[in-house]
Amino acid sequence: MAYNKRHDNRKPDETRPIIAKAGIIPKADGSGYFKIGNTEAYAAVYGPRELHPRSKQDPKQGLLRCLYNMMPFSGQGNRVRPGPGRRSKEISMVMENALRPVLDLEAYPNAVVDVFVELPQTDAGSRCAAITAAAIALADAGLKMRDMVAAVAVGVVDDAQVVDLDYEEEAWKEGEVADIPVAMVPSTGEITLLQMDGKVEKEQLLAALALARPAIERIAEAQRAAIRQRYEDVMTQVVANGGSKAADEE
Amino acid sequence: MNDAVKEHINQSLKKGVRLDGRALDEFRKISIETGVVATAEGSARVMCGETEIIAGVKMEVGKPFPDRPDSGVLMVNAELRPLSNPDFEAGPPDIESIETARVIDRGIRESKAIDEKSLCIKEGESVWMANVDVCPLNHDGNLIDIGALAAMAALKNARIPTLDKNGQPDYHAKTKQKLELSATPITITIVKIGENFLVDPTQDEMDSADARLTVASLEDGRLCSLQKGGSGALTLEEIERMIDLAVEKGSELRALIE
Repeated sequence: MAYNKRHDNRKPDETRPIIAKAGIIPKADGSGYFKIGNTEAYAAVYGPRELHPRSKQDPKQGLLRCLYNMMPFSGQGNRVRPGPGRRSKEISMVMENALRPVLDLEAYPNAVVDVFVELPQTDAGSRCAAITAAAIALADAGLKMRDMVAAVAVGVVDDAQVVDLDYEEEAWKEGEVADIPVAMVPSTGEITLLQMDGKVEKEQLLAALALARPAIERIAEAQRAAIRQRYEDVMTQVVANGGSKAADEE
Repeated sequence: MNDAVKEHINQSLKKGVRLDGRALDEFRKISIETGVVATAEGSARVMCGETEIIAGVKMEVGKPFPDRPDSGVLMVNAELRPLSNPDFEAGPPDIESIETARVIDRGIRESKAIDEKSLCIKEGESVWMANVDVCPLNHDGNLIDIGALAAMAALKNARIPTLDKNGQPDYHAKTKQKLELSATPITITIVKIGENFLVDPTQDEMDSADARLTVASLEDGRLCSLQKGGSGALTLEEIERMIDLAVEKGSELRALIE
């Protein structure tokens, strides 16, 4: 029996409902929020700021440092013990690799850009949500970027190619499952994150990957809308406060 | 922090003015949402001004402590993650995380609001362990009070999961059974800056404080935990004033989660 009908009635290429926001953490230099189904990520950017220890500083370029963390109550099973484990360290590293290609870190020599991501609840796809929220935060912080990065998991569940697997699909018992998180530069289609867990034939893998780009373009549109909304909010505030500084000087 | 800001806070307070225009005994606007985390057994998001905290309850099954075979376990932990403030660093919990967690924990624990015997599943073998984790998303002061309020709101929101045939929790099948809470302890911190006593300090006010006193109190005005903080000293008269103010503010905040 193939997986013809998804358990939550989604179409094969349909993601769960998404919400994207920018500028939700006032203490941060930039912040982003991304929710897809019941997977929720908050990202904060601090920097560019001075890198310590100074021996790690690079006069040619700034350093991007990501930290992925699941809140203790965010897992599907028992409490997640706080502190970095192998999994969160690896995800933090692949996040850096996923985001680095769109950043112009040569503009920030000797500095560090810290990206902290916290997940209050997860239902699969958490590294993709983390990357998507982080890209919003980097743009909100005003860093030089040549495009966004958006991410989604695609996969093969019991011979069917689907987008944005949830926990139930990842744990599907009645057939083989391959879970393939993908991050992409939306305007070029370049892939900056690719992982796969599961058993799959090459043709199926390629068919699943073909589903990624349309979904990623929709996610990227939500990211851009979040940033636009953020600046509309700022403008509204400026007007409410009696006009911008520039207007005062005129 | 910047000495000039501290000086400004001090000078303004001499005229009875706070930088954000509040009265000395006035909280920022508080909003509370419960049931915000699908994976937790109970959860709450509390915003107080720009301080925003998520608290979640995770119910696990474990072995009771040998000296208390018929008692479950309540644990409050605070994760002051670097996402929420530029002063927080990644790494193991620092002393501020630990103190925040322990002060919130003691306010709830010592109130005996949760009867730990009611968390017993089978004496000597298995008990419920209620883990409350307090996670700030944006830290602009008063983490102890807002964290404690979020923790209580999350505990009130919690539903116990069903047990499978191996006696392990089935997290996808919550019951309607709430945790038995017999009281609502509320934790309030009063800070002393010069001759003034303030509630709900922002981060700048906290950094300017000479001393603070955190007081957890109950509906009937009894106190269930105290913590003096900061390097300044307090007189007995000052402590009495601070306790009175904390109990008064405690009943205001209690009304928000009842």
